[in-house]
Amino acid sequence: MKKLQIADKSFESRLFTGTGKFSSAGQMEEALTVSGSELVTVALKRVDANDQKDDILSHLKAPQFNLLPNTSGVRTAKEAVFAAQLAREALETNWLKLEIHPDPKYLLPDPIESLKAAEELTKLGFLVLPYIHADPVLCKRMEEVGAAAVMPLGSPIGSNKGLKTLDFLQIIIEQSNVPVVVDAGIGSPSDAAKAMEIGADAVLVNTAIAVSSDPVNMAKAFKLAVEAGRMAFEAKLAQPINHAQASSPFTSFLNE
Amino acid sequence: MNSFVEIFEQHSWEEQKTSIYAKTNKDVEQALNSEKRGIEEFKALISPAAYSYLEDMAALSHQLTQKRFGKTIQMYAPMYLSNECQNICTYCGFSLDNKVRRRTLTNDEILREVEVIKAMGYDHILLVTGEANQTVGLNYFKNVLSLIRPHFSHISMEVQPLNQEDYEDLISLGLNTVLVYQETYHKEDYKKHHPKGKKSNFNYRLETPDRLGRARVHKIGLGALFGLEDWRTDSLFTALHLGYLERKYWKTKYSISFPRLRPFSGGLEPKVEMTDRDLVQLICAYRLFNEEVELSISTRETENFRNNIIKLGITSMSAGSKTNPGGYAIEPQSLEQFEISDERTPKEIEAMIQAQGYEAVWKDWDRVL
Repeated sequence: MKKLQIADKSFESRLFTGTGKFSSAGQMEEALTVSGSELVTVALKRVDANDQKDDILSHLKAPQFNLLPNTSGVRTAKEAVFAAQLAREALETNWLKLEIHPDPKYLLPDPIESLKAAEELTKLGFLVLPYIHADPVLCKRMEEVGAAAVMPLGSPIGSNKGLKTLDFLQIIIEQSNVPVVVDAGIGSPSDAAKAMEIGADAVLVNTAIAVSSDPVNMAKAFKLAVEAGRMAFEAKLAQPINHAQASSPFTSFLNE
Repeated sequence: MNSFVEIFEQHSWEEQKTSIYAKTNKDVEQALNSEKRGIEEFKALISPAAYSYLEDMAALSHQLTQKRFGKTIQMYAPMYLSNECQNICTYCGFSLDNKVRRRTLTNDEILREVEVIKAMGYDHILLVTGEANQTVGLNYFKNVLSLIRPHFSHISMEVQPLNQEDYEDLISLGLNTVLVYQETYHKEDYKKHHPKGKKSNFNYRLETPDRLGRARVHKIGLGALFGLEDWRTDSLFTALHLGYLERKYWKTKYSISFPRLRPFSGGLEPKVEMTDRDLVQLICAYRLFNEEVELSISTRETENFRNNIIKLGITSMSAGSKTNPGGYAIEPQSLEQFEISDERTPKEIEAMIQAQGYEAVWKDWDRVL
């Protein structure tokens, strides 16, 4: 299978993961290891980067884990830029998952603030992966201001509802010149496989793994589903056919 | 709409109470089976009819809470700064007419307390006072916030209601969350329990979350004090309040607490008892009604209750709490607001949480936010 390239990094695994909601940092590490994930997002607010013994960070030391700090908790572009700079310094990476959700109930991203922040952060040398609505125009605008990838949502974050935005995701994938990572809402391995089948470059999964009663096996299931979906996409899916091709009432006269 | 008072005035206590108690098994089943639950469903879930559905409610609440919050419980510690108070509240150890020695912590004392609380592992703190505007007013709070801001990632306050400008000042100094409980939404009864002091102004207190919302605070905590009036009706009004605030101040987060009256020296016996079973029902009902609201439980509750509530919908907890000013380092075991029930240390609570397959979260905010 083709490797995924984002900026200067290439990834064997197209499954990106999160670090929240696990019952312990040890279990998180075990699940993420099995998932094969090479890009792991970490909320700046959850870690203390100055603490050598920080529970989450000390379980993400393995070399395959590239950290993707996120700005969860910020409500404006200004706050996001500030948080991003601290994250870069603390976690020593210029990769950033930009999340601006002023609405703490459904955690839906603010498109206007996100675009402003993405533009500014790119100028400041960040590799910005913005979490946004499945809005094809916004994705193009993000591309124009220099986003390294776009991360449209499949359905509200943490909802496990799957690809409610499917039609828009397909337009985004068709039009995008940067990698498309389907983030948020992926509830089951079949959702992840579906996202990969339609041509998403990667998916980001957290809740569905962390909250499962067996996170380690669920991580493995997602790994396999993402691989299967990608393989199917590369092998070109057969188109569904809704009718038998027995006769050609419109054109059979041509054969007479 | 300018404040919740307008909605409050459209709802009569007696009518609401009657409608809760009139809910039937069918209403409860309908509420359990709906996808989105509104205020009528909430009424059914807190009604006596829901009693026999408690196990179903608990299973759903468990599942919804895990989906949103994961297998985690956030930890916080209260720090009492002062027990001076100009109010008479019939149920409170700090009440003006209660003969206890009064104390307000100095800068040096606060820092000594902070040191002990930090050593317990805490990074989220809740500051608590009585209401004594002359000595423990805006300037005192501003000073305290500047003093402790470097030591904590998240600072909450449970003090007297303030005006919008004062809240804005404090938020700019690092205040993240304000808890303000209405105590009871029964207006006449409220007057009986708060006969003297600024707190006797029911509407000013009722409009406090509106002032907080306008001041753009990050999080507002609501609740009623159970034991004063019918807990079901008080909870219904709390839920109405929550629903109103969420729609109006949509950038703010909300939490609910469930204080039950606890004994204190010279105190009042609960007028209306709320059993453990009642409280479990209420916690589950809130979760089914609102999947995103944070639900908090304090050391007022017993060990056994707290051990068993972890999986049922609660998202945050205190442990090792002292409810008197200086209780951690300066003056243990005196001048308390109320007696706590669960005296286990934060480490013991963490171990209990872990044993249930949950993680105790000490840091989930950052002072840069």
